Amino acid sequence: MFTATALNRRSYRRQSVAKAVFCLMTVALVIPVLLILGTLVVKGAPAISWEFLFTAPTNNMTAGGIFPALVGTIWLVVVALLASVPIGVAAALYLSEYAPDNLLTRAINLAIVNLAGVPSIVHALFGFGAFVLFFRFNASILAASLTLAVMTLPVVIVATRESLQAVPHAFREACWNMGATRWQTIRKVVLPNSISGILTGVILEVSRTSGETAPIMFTGAAMFVPFLPQSVFDQTMALSYHLYNVSTQLTDVPEELTYGVALVLIAIVLLMNAVSIGFRIYLRGLKKW
Amino acid sequence: MDRRDAAWYIDKVAQWVVFVGGISAIVFIVGIFVFITKEGLDFVLGPLNLGEFFTSIAWRPTSNNPTYGALALIVGTASVTGFAMLLSVPLSLGAALFIAEFATGKTREVLKVLVEMLAAIPSVVWGFVGMSIMHPLIMRIFDVPLGLGVLNAGLILGLMAAPIMTTIAEDALKAVPDTYREAAEALGATRWEVIFKVVIPASRNGLLAAVLLGVGRGFGETMAVLMASGHAINIPTSPFDSVRALTATIASELGDTVRGGDHWGSLFTLGILLFVVTFVINLTADIVVRGIRKK
Repeated sequence: MFTATALNRRSYRRQSVAKAVFCLMTVALVIPVLLILGTLVVKGAPAISWEFLFTAPTNNMTAGGIFPALVGTIWLVVVALLASVPIGVAAALYLSEYAPDNLLTRAINLAIVNLAGVPSIVHALFGFGAFVLFFRFNASILAASLTLAVMTLPVVIVATRESLQAVPHAFREACWNMGATRWQTIRKVVLPNSISGILTGVILEVSRTSGETAPIMFTGAAMFVPFLPQSVFDQTMALSYHLYNVSTQLTDVPEELTYGVALVLIAIVLLMNAVSIGFRIYLRGLKKW
Repeated sequence: MDRRDAAWYIDKVAQWVVFVGGISAIVFIVGIFVFITKEGLDFVLGPLNLGEFFTSIAWRPTSNNPTYGALALIVGTASVTGFAMLLSVPLSLGAALFIAEFATGKTREVLKVLVEMLAAIPSVVWGFVGMSIMHPLIMRIFDVPLGLGVLNAGLILGLMAAPIMTTIAEDALKAVPDTYREAAEALGATRWEVIFKVVIPASRNGLLAAVLLGVGRGFGETMAVLMASGHAINIPTSPFDSVRALTATIASELGDTVRGGDHWGSLFTLGILLFVVTFVINLTADIVVRGIRKK
């Protein structure tokens, strides 16, 4: 009675074909990228050494290391975080804890989506017009970092909002019932329970910020600076912009060196990304509610 | 009796601070528009000839008799983005279906993490890959003199946009309530029928939004396109032709312009065009997604 009819068999066959096709599509998406990453590692690894990481470029940047670019990227990321994390966390707190379901909230959400969707080069134009010229920061770490901060603000907001909303509503209600104000509840209950989620978002932002090139090209990154930045008003080299320069603007750069720069950059970005993802998975395992 | 103590005032202050943070996104998006318009306005009101801008392919801002025809740049952006979508829309929708509907347990987790990592690769690295890996590869495989062009930039852009589209499409598929699937299965539908007759129609808007956001991403991509497209002002007639994109033009020329000059203004005008188009794409995606929630 329960034997498969011809119709059943056909639809099962179709199902396994569909599964195979979709699986193949996924593989087709992942394999080329893994091949590319593999090539970067194979060709870039010989260039990596302590000397490469900790000395400055020499001979018109056709030899030597990447130290000033590495330090510059750290400056840019740190200053960008100092600006965007407080604003982003405040924005996420507003959206998660205060915002009523009205037109303003919808406008804020739309603005966040747009901030993430505006082309990076338009962010660069904005940063140039606003920070370099209007606020007279000139081309400096400060101007470049603020441009990066505006651009990556959505990353912090979205990650923070998610981890705030993961705190059960009953926690807040219990606190309010004890007579706590909204802010006391946030300070003592909501933030402590979501801080690690927020941290995940911050690490993700580090990953995003350190790879961006277009926004810093005109706002503070320089092709070559012989010294390390001393303050936020200095121009600086940056790893991402350095990769652009050694692979397009300069001739006679040995292939090994450009691959080396690319490898260091992608290692930093993917490492931070992996830390963020690993941390998130670890936290999910810890969750008590 | 006035019960307002320190905690009450702190609460009020906090509320305001948080509110200011909340509207910051709006402030910044308006700020972006205001500042690029401010710098571009002189050009828009002065030398800009809209007919020439949209129909001429002569982008010669530095010649003695400068012309500002952006058609070739628009076609360049459109051809690269179009090529990228041809590749990445089917692949990423297929991958999203596989991850959301077929893959289980560990496989699913690993694929999701992998896709997320792929989305994180910086665009300048993609551009570098286009120049130093794809470029010689295309020359060798197709026996053409130059490997930088629509094909190269399109492939790179497709690989870049795919993880983002996959993630959003997968979210849209996951948003379809399991009760829908269970109801269909209870009626005797196979997995295949559940997916094609129930899940896809129910998540149609979300999938459309995923594609739109992918298009927006491709449209606005700068570094990768700048490095992999060959950067020649040209209406492409074959996939191997070099093109130049709107974004790449700004990136490569802004450094050489005089502040306040026509060339400077023309680049900000390209910026306004990019801003408006991406805004419309994002707005459309938002409206499309809202469509499902209303229903």
